[in-house]
Amino acid sequence: MELLRLATAGSVDDGKSTLIGRLLYDSKQVYEDQLESVERTSRDRGDDYVDLALLTDGLRAEREQGITIDVAYRYFSTPRRKFIVADTPGHVQHTRNMVTGCSTADLVVVLVDARAGITEQTRRHAFIATLLRTAHLVICVNKMDLVDYSQQRFDEIRDEFQDFAARLEIPDLTFIPISALRGDNVVERSGEMSWHQGSSLLHHLEDVHIASDRNLIDLRFPIQRVVRPRSAEHRDFRGYAGQVAGGVLEVGHEVLVLPSGFTTTIESIETPDGAIDEAFPPMSVVVRLADELDISRGDMICRPRNQPTTGQDVSAMVCWMAEAPMREGAKLALKHTSRWVRALVRDVQYRLDVNTLHRDGGAEELGLNDIGRVALRTTSPLFYDEYRRNKATGSFILVDEATNVTVGAGMLLHPGP
Amino acid sequence: MTYKISHLDALESEAVHVVREVVSEFERPALLFSGGKDSAVLLHLAAKACWPQPLPFPLLHVDTGHNFPEVLAFRDARAAELGVRLLVASVQEAIDRGEVVEDPAPGATRNRLQTHSLLQAIEQHRFDAVFGGGRRDEEKARAKERVFSFRDEFGQWDPRGQRPELWSLYNGRHRPGEHFRIFPLSNWTELDVWQYVERESLTLPSIYFAHRREVFRRGSMLLAVGPHTAPRERVPDEEPFVTTVRYRTVGDATCTAAVESVAATPAEIIAETAVSRISERGATRADDRFSEAAMEDRKREGYF
Ligand SMILES: Nc1nc2c(ncn2[C@@H]2O[C@H](COP(=O)(O)OP(=O)(O)O)[C@@H](O)[C@H]2O)c(=O)[nH]1
Repeated sequence: MELLRLATAGSVDDGKSTLIGRLLYDSKQVYEDQLESVERTSRDRGDDYVDLALLTDGLRAEREQGITIDVAYRYFSTPRRKFIVADTPGHVQHTRNMVTGCSTADLVVVLVDARAGITEQTRRHAFIATLLRTAHLVICVNKMDLVDYSQQRFDEIRDEFQDFAARLEIPDLTFIPISALRGDNVVERSGEMSWHQGSSLLHHLEDVHIASDRNLIDLRFPIQRVVRPRSAEHRDFRGYAGQVAGGVLEVGHEVLVLPSGFTTTIESIETPDGAIDEAFPPMSVVVRLADELDISRGDMICRPRNQPTTGQDVSAMVCWMAEAPMREGAKLALKHTSRWVRALVRDVQYRLDVNTLHRDGGAEELGLNDIGRVALRTTSPLFYDEYRRNKATGSFILVDEATNVTVGAGMLLHPGP
Repeated sequence: MTYKISHLDALESEAVHVVREVVSEFERPALLFSGGKDSAVLLHLAAKACWPQPLPFPLLHVDTGHNFPEVLAFRDARAAELGVRLLVASVQEAIDRGEVVEDPAPGATRNRLQTHSLLQAIEQHRFDAVFGGGRRDEEKARAKERVFSFRDEFGQWDPRGQRPELWSLYNGRHRPGEHFRIFPLSNWTELDVWQYVERESLTLPSIYFAHRREVFRRGSMLLAVGPHTAPRERVPDEEPFVTTVRYRTVGDATCTAAVESVAATPAEIIAETAVSRISERGATRADDRFSEAAMEDRKREGYF
């Protein structure tokens, strides 16, 4: 069984919670006691229907205010796949939640209210999904029951979105007309919309091809830990633990270790369950090398003829997540793969208007939920790839050194202007 | 070569990555080990993550004094097998020392009192990272919790002030006195845990599997007749009877209920779990039933 991680986005009241509740309910992942609790709350609030949305509102403040504040994770499975859903709240100020949810997603579902059509929020959500390089985007046109299941309305919305999407890079775009409330095209194909040739949402989630989304070309193995047991049983054992971040590790292959630049060969790939011949993302393994080299946490194993970029001056798209703005001259802690460095904000090159995609080159700072291009200088070199080529070696977080809070998320770009 | 990876391999790799990050970046980790199935899986994953080194941190059990003997025996055997130190923070001793007061109401549990002993142990041993077996599918407040969950100097969790957590880049930076709870099983479901138990041939306390036991009903709960729970006199519905049961969770024996089941192996439990209509906590934890926000409140105070 394969794992698919998805994120869901939509404006408040587009029906996101209802959709997730429906997916959980129809795939039989809602237990009777959970349903009872939801029924009780619906009754207490005086609703005349069972609000499946309540299945997903976790915190008291959320239930009281009837809004979702933070990203929540949901789980369901079918015989074919296990799904992890990052349910991201859709308020204007919550770009940060959407970015967080998309950072681990293979696929993003954006909800659109069939009556309202494409809104500023829809465009923003789609843009963030593409910025985070989520390969698969599904636009679910919801509440089709309220527009008489009209094919014409659905086509209008699809055409309008496609005009906008022409300016974005979306490798795989799918449109599905649904009614989350009634269950049309969510799990089963709807009898009301026989004009829709495609599959139901769940069927699409089960079917979409994600195995090729990983980078299996550029070998990248960031060292997480040097393993030297020095025990009687493993007296001379010296290995390097980590999670493969790209490409395929193979026993016998020549590799190069950064930053030292020494080359050696992969002697063995070990796991507690026995040695293996090759390892690929996202496997966690222990690698042994033919030569004894001075290697520590944060170093990177790659191939001599396929190395990541090495540099202290980097450019990145940054999403800022703190109240206090990011200003030029600020110094921050930066975590990239398994290393921490310090970073100086040299230049806020532009701020992006996520609704219009307009670049504001005059900006000198990034405020809460702003996204912009930033030039940073780090205290020691990073070994990185462009984010679009490899998410694991192309991403970083920024941390305020005084409060230790995570204040920014970055996606590395090609060096240069 | 297809380069496919199963959901269990993906979950295992993620958990191993998390454990290795903690062992690399924290100074004094510990792992909460109750002998229950989630902590047994967690311990197995931690041992795999550190392999071939022995586990470089101790186990900590917050002991309510209300235990199933099979679980305690398993706890001790597992610790001995791995050659790792087991620390026990005793709620009974905290009561005896007068640090906490037991709720005198009949049927009251010691669940809430565990928080005191847990935080005391963390402070005493200056632990800066404490692994727990919590899963996001267990409960709604947990669904929003981070893998690296920050606790302030009072051990409190602030659900609205959580650090964003992106990609697999975990931020465990903290000041002295603050600590993190680490949840490597965040993305696992009850079904995943059982599938993994089966795949890895893990041993678990015998009470997880179907056995004959004298029980009685209290509300919708099926409780064991034993030193910690007994039918109340003159309550007609609490007639004891013998039936075949198993436990889906094993917590404080006063508030952990059994379920009727004949599933005697992980494979049989997987088949049952896949069609179960009642959640793990709903079926077996009296403590979470009285309020929607019970877990959120306890977690804010510093609970697991
Ligand atoms: N008629 C109709 N109403 C819907 C549909 N989906 C959601 N709703 C209603 O729209 C409202 C907002 O839904 P909710 O799921 O809470 O939206 P969220 O804010 O996106 O999570 C609720 O009253 C739902 O019952 C649908 O497909 N058809």
